[in-house]
Amino acid sequence: MFGSKEKEGFLKQLLVYALLICIGFIYLYPILYMTSSSMMNLDDLLDSSINWIPSSLNLENYAVAAGSMDFWKSLGMSIIIAGVPTLLNVASCAVVGYGLGRFDFPGKKLIMGIIIFSFILPSQVTMIPTYVLYNDLGILGTLWSFVLPSLLAQGINSSIFILIFYQFFKQVPKVLIEAAQIDGAGYFKSFVRISLPSAGPAILTVFLFSFVWYWNESYLTQMYVSGVMTESGWTTLVVQLNKFAANFADYAQTGASSATTINESINMAGTMLSILPVLILYFVLQRYFVESIDRVGITGE
Amino acid sequence: MSKKDKIAKKNSAKIKPGRLARREAITGLLFVTPWIIGACIFLAYTMGTSFWYALNNIRMTPMGKKFTYVGTGNFTQILLADVDFTPQLIEYVTSTVLSVPIIVVFALIIAMLLNGPIKCKGFFRLIFFLPVIVVSGPVMGMLADQGAASISTIDTQAITAAISGFLPEAVATAISELFGSMITVLWYSGVQILIFLSALQKIDSSMYEAAQMDGGSGWECFWKITLPTVKPMILLNVIYTIVFISGNEQNNIITLIKNSMFSGTKEKGYGYASAMAWLYSVVVVLIVVIFAVLLMARKDVYERQVKKAKKEMKKEARMVKKIERRGIRNAKKIEKARKKRKYSTYDGSGDY
Repeated sequence: MFGSKEKEGFLKQLLVYALLICIGFIYLYPILYMTSSSMMNLDDLLDSSINWIPSSLNLENYAVAAGSMDFWKSLGMSIIIAGVPTLLNVASCAVVGYGLGRFDFPGKKLIMGIIIFSFILPSQVTMIPTYVLYNDLGILGTLWSFVLPSLLAQGINSSIFILIFYQFFKQVPKVLIEAAQIDGAGYFKSFVRISLPSAGPAILTVFLFSFVWYWNESYLTQMYVSGVMTESGWTTLVVQLNKFAANFADYAQTGASSATTINESINMAGTMLSILPVLILYFVLQRYFVESIDRVGITGE
Repeated sequence: MSKKDKIAKKNSAKIKPGRLARREAITGLLFVTPWIIGACIFLAYTMGTSFWYALNNIRMTPMGKKFTYVGTGNFTQILLADVDFTPQLIEYVTSTVLSVPIIVVFALIIAMLLNGPIKCKGFFRLIFFLPVIVVSGPVMGMLADQGAASISTIDTQAITAAISGFLPEAVATAISELFGSMITVLWYSGVQILIFLSALQKIDSSMYEAAQMDGGSGWECFWKITLPTVKPMILLNVIYTIVFISGNEQNNIITLIKNSMFSGTKEKGYGYASAMAWLYSVVVVLIVVIFAVLLMARKDVYERQVKKAKKEMKKEARMVKKIERRGIRNAKKIEKARKKRKYSTYDGSGDY
């Protein structure tokens, strides 16, 4: 009887691993596809006998794609555009989340309700007046149009971050803070000295998410920072990817590349380049990331 | 317990909030102030203005914006005359309604697999959290264009033919499109997996042990323990998925809104785009509400029992209060009567 149970367990295990590997393959498929086809040259693309493995390791596509995306400049700007609002977002959301999680005051339920509502509401409703407002303030096409909302805890998906911090600070034992207060720490000091250092996992989670979301945001970036009608000089890799074909045409006209028409491989190389930085960031931070997810638990209401 | 609570309630009702409580409330508000200011500017003000825009036709002139009040003109224009908006909206609604359950169920399955006792957990997690990082509008768009977003071995045509036999044409094509973009759909389930996983990890393993001791199978454990525990997370995930899909750049409607915002034609422009955004938002919020109602309506037996018990307790408390009040009233009556008849009645003691 014991044996049969074990056997059943083995079969089940096999099924679990088969499922995991299948699904894992689905997740990896686009990345594998990107990597392989970005290295093919034109002949490989046309050759129907070549499916996955290119005939030669060909990094030329990357050079062309990097050239037409203006890679290093765009990379630097992407880091600034994603990084600065993220840092401010973490700070402001931590403060607001602490206020909601630690203190009781009238209207708290209402505020929570509005936070959830503002998460559900598509940003398109508020987009046009915001655009006009930025235009009137003269901050359209500058970094300020991302900094200002994130300073006031209204950045991209700030509601989620507020809820994460709220959840986290609610769990910090009140006794700890009271002890600090007995020792003479004020409200602000007990926040900075006691609560914030213990919120490391939450901060890391919020930082990574915020960074990635800002990095991947092209709609609002194009709207507010890099400009729709006029170019402001600001650009990000993802925005560059969005108008990759046009960029490529410009680049090809300067005669800097051997390729004159855009092809699949160059497209894929450009895509790969735009996600490579976050991919690296993820691989570096993933251990802490997964750990902190376990500790924080992204749970809203 | 209930008596203690009652006493506490009574006391708190009588005592005014002390200075400490008041100071804490003020400090709390102070901490939240940045958000309040932000909400006033970026939520209340912009929503109000957006609504005002939607009722106007706005033309950009060298002198600035020129407003012409048109009432609901923009809305009727969009719904009746715009060739793009209504079909796009219908497509959005069908694809959302179809893909949300798939994404959520799929995320739950993966989260459970990852939560189980498997080897190379770190490696699998690394892969499954990849979508959280990589998924973005242009990247997904590029992949979809190149055909990397669908597995070519899944024959879409066959599925359409099979389904359209017993389903209306529109639904059938939607479903087959769903199969066509299966990878895209699965790629949208990154954060959802995280949310489920963190909920699953909080389940006490002794619960499963107890259930197994009582002879519960894995299947039963799933329905009786896992699902009820992650139920709030299901709602959260559904909401997140809807919000994500509606804000994703792969979604054609938001591109449409942007294009009409910067369109130079006479009847389009800011007002027209605002009206479009409002219509779109109403649809999105409606979808969220419908899903929320559907998910919250089915309370399980335990919750129902708890509610019933609470009701009963309330009733009892009311009865107790009633009796108490009556007792006080009676006592007063007796007291009164006694006072009245203090010296006039014979109480049987013998002295007058």
